[in-house]
Amino acid sequence: MFLGVSHLAGAESTLKQASFIPQWNPQAQFAGYYVAYEKGFYKKHGIDLTVLQGGPNRPSSAFLTQGKADFGTLWLSTGIRLRASGQRIINVGQVMQRSALMLIAKKSHKIENPQDMQGKKVGLWSDDFQIQPKAFFKKYNLDVKVIPQSFSVNLFLRDGVDVASAMWYNEYHTIVNSGLNPDELTPFFFHEHGLNFPEDGIYTLEETFKRDPSLSCAFVKASIEGWLYAFSHPEETLDIVLKYMGRGKIPANRAHQKWMFNKMKDLITPPDHRSAIGVLQPSDYQRVADALKEGGWIKEVQNYESFFVWCEKHVEK
Amino acid sequence: MSPSSCGAKSMWRNRGIAFKLILSISVSSAFIVILIFSFHYHFSRRIIEKNVEMNAQNLVLSKANRIEAVLSSTQKVPENLACFLENSSYAKEELLQILRGVVENNPEIYGAAVAFEPYRFSGKSLYFAPYFYRSDGKIAFSDLGSESYQYFSLDWYQIPKELNRPQWSEPYYDEGGGNILMATYSVPFYKTVEGKRQFMGIVTADVSLEWLQNIVSSIKVLETGYGFLISKNGTLVTHPLKDLIMNETIFGVAESRSDVNLREIGRKMIRGESGFVPFRGIVFGKLCWMYYSPIRSSGWSLAVLFPQDEFMADIRKLNRIVIILGIVGLSLLCLAVASLARSITNPLRAMAQVTEVIATGNLDIELPDAKSSDEVGKLLEAFRYMKGSLKDYIQRLTETTASQERIESELKIAHDIQMNILPKTFPPFPDRQEFDLYAFILPARKVGGDFYDFFLVDQDHLCFVIGDVSGKGIPASLFMAVTKTLIKATASRLISPGEILTGVNRELCRGNESCMFVTIFCGVLNTRTGEVLYANGGHNPPLIVRRDNEASFVAGKRGLVIGVIEDFVYETDQLKLQSGDALFMYTDGVTEAANEREELFSDDRLKRKISSLQGKPVQEIISGVREEIARFSNPVSQSDDIAMMIVEFKG
Repeated sequence: MFLGVSHLAGAESTLKQASFIPQWNPQAQFAGYYVAYEKGFYKKHGIDLTVLQGGPNRPSSAFLTQGKADFGTLWLSTGIRLRASGQRIINVGQVMQRSALMLIAKKSHKIENPQDMQGKKVGLWSDDFQIQPKAFFKKYNLDVKVIPQSFSVNLFLRDGVDVASAMWYNEYHTIVNSGLNPDELTPFFFHEHGLNFPEDGIYTLEETFKRDPSLSCAFVKASIEGWLYAFSHPEETLDIVLKYMGRGKIPANRAHQKWMFNKMKDLITPPDHRSAIGVLQPSDYQRVADALKEGGWIKEVQNYESFFVWCEKHVEK
Repeated sequence: MSPSSCGAKSMWRNRGIAFKLILSISVSSAFIVILIFSFHYHFSRRIIEKNVEMNAQNLVLSKANRIEAVLSSTQKVPENLACFLENSSYAKEELLQILRGVVENNPEIYGAAVAFEPYRFSGKSLYFAPYFYRSDGKIAFSDLGSESYQYFSLDWYQIPKELNRPQWSEPYYDEGGGNILMATYSVPFYKTVEGKRQFMGIVTADVSLEWLQNIVSSIKVLETGYGFLISKNGTLVTHPLKDLIMNETIFGVAESRSDVNLREIGRKMIRGESGFVPFRGIVFGKLCWMYYSPIRSSGWSLAVLFPQDEFMADIRKLNRIVIILGIVGLSLLCLAVASLARSITNPLRAMAQVTEVIATGNLDIELPDAKSSDEVGKLLEAFRYMKGSLKDYIQRLTETTASQERIESELKIAHDIQMNILPKTFPPFPDRQEFDLYAFILPARKVGGDFYDFFLVDQDHLCFVIGDVSGKGIPASLFMAVTKTLIKATASRLISPGEILTGVNRELCRGNESCMFVTIFCGVLNTRTGEVLYANGGHNPPLIVRRDNEASFVAGKRGLVIGVIEDFVYETDQLKLQSGDALFMYTDGVTEAANEREELFSDDRLKRKISSLQGKPVQEIISGVREEIARFSNPVSQSDDIAMMIVEFKG
């Protein structure tokens, strides 16, 4: 007993302090990180982590670049644009392999193919959420009327727009749970239209990484362990997610979080089911960077090695 | 047929009446009771469900109308303001004053705003959205538009703008953290510029939905029934379960319950339909009936749940009573049937026992009393009557049998007497070598009318007689006895047979009230010469059996039967017997003996037989004829008396 306590105390003393911020409110989208924290995986890997609450008014990009958080999640497109704009951030783990952003239309509005969107009102979110839709419209030569979309899908539900933006793991389910049946909807998944922009990845400042590469690597490793644990313990994971949502005063709906969590598994698991979780594929990087350059979002495409550091490789070096 | 069903059948057959009655009556009554019960249950249930539907409909519609009334009165305020903005020109100060007045004068309005399109109010500013709202009992002001609150893409602004019509927002919790449920009514307003209708902005009124929650939560149906309200998106706006409010849609509930049906109900609700559907309650999981109806102006839907077990409680109670009554009634019925069956079977069983005793011959046993005059009582009475009759009959039978026996014994005596008056000893005159005689008689009944007689009139004369009285039995035998006595008396004087018959006839005719008559052959043999004098009173002619020739019938005259005409004179004939010749006499019982084919024995057959027996001793001749008759008529029983007599002259 005494030995145990002293050992623990000894371990505590050697833990490295670090902080983490997800790019949105607590929800199943970040289940792996909460689970890793709750199950003590960060501590196991020598990190005394502080999990900060994200949200619309607490953008993770700002927290990262201003040094308010050591680690944070960002979309790949956001990460590339930030780095292109001169922020010295790097990707240390590309957790999501597929893009969950989608456009969604009602069949009752006679939209079943991309061409059917011609001249229609399309609700789009701002900033990075417009990169893929605009590439999509360009690809199919569509001239649409863009309507700014808020965080709700009510405009779409009430027929204020013909097409709405949605995250597969979130708004799609909200729409279905507002009474529209899946067979009444036409979903457009960007990854099915050659526009797969992998989304959530783990970012840190280049400087933070250089100062202590093992810290970043331990964080990524523990986070991936958290995701793997979550996938094999879905109910426990949902309990944890709901706890964080309650703490963040976010209205929680278990069925919705369950849907989101199940989609996370699809988005995170590498398509070939062989590669390790968390690797940014060079082809994905190239596609996104090229599309950003083409869309005028960035001027230069930086090379892959400067943007992504995969710890296992790094250690080998 | 299978052995088991055969067994069942025989088991049924072997059961008593009581068992069969009870079983068949109780089974059929139970069937009827169940039938009535099911129909009753079915129909009363339908009636109740119909009533519940009516009640539910009335309740929901009245509540929905109340909600509708409040909403539409609230709608008027921003609508009027929008109308004013469209049709008047106003300065900023004037607008603010009017807007403030709106909040001040309408207590149900929590806040009101007029939000303009970018640069529409003044070319200088992107945002212009003055907002007055209640705060700590005062009216506060804020300009909503800012970099961090870009209202242009918010639902309350964007949806009516895009749809070009006023809209109620989805209910939401008030930003101020008061945890007050709110909804905003947004009305777009326009300005016609150079003939073109131009969208200018949105007028909004925020209302607290506390009153709405109160109305809905005041709905209490029976014990656990409740009401709830869902928004246009299916979000539960009011519900007894606080956790669900604003956090779950009816479709989410359907999803977590995997209830496709509920999802369909939800879709109908948000489409503005109304209906009465079965529904498993969210709070207690009870089976309920739910009535839902839309709130038209906001697209919400109000539903009320009627727990089935509660509204069916009365009918279930009634059913229990009906079942108990049914069981009690059935038991009473069984008891009644059992006692009725016993009232039938007890006398029957007693009668069966009595009958067994009676069958052994005891007719004195007492019958059970008939307690009623029903069929069983009548059966008992009939049985009693039958017993009495039987008893009487047996008594009479006993008496009759006794008298019959007496007559029988008397007849036996008469027969004996009759036989005794006929000479029976053969040979009758053993000391006389010159003639031989044999006779035989067999009455058809115990006593008969045939007779024979013979006696020596004097040393040389043998008188012999054979006769047949008309009729049979005692009268004939008595008549025969009289005749025989008369003949003997008359013949005691040596006179001719004709004179004998004439005398006997005269005597018998006197006082023959009963008109009986008799045939007689009477002869007198001179035992020295073989001469025979004879007279025939209507009798069958005898046969002469010549020693050296075949038999032949006596040819003498055949007079009238004796006892009919008083003055009739019978003539005497004569014939002569040689030594060894014989005279065979008989009655009609011999020649008229019949066989199965109703053929008669006949004179011819008799003659042939006698001829074949020629030369035999007299006794053998008689017995030969007897055997022949018996052989001929077998198995037909003898119908008439048979008498035979033969007299042989041996000279």
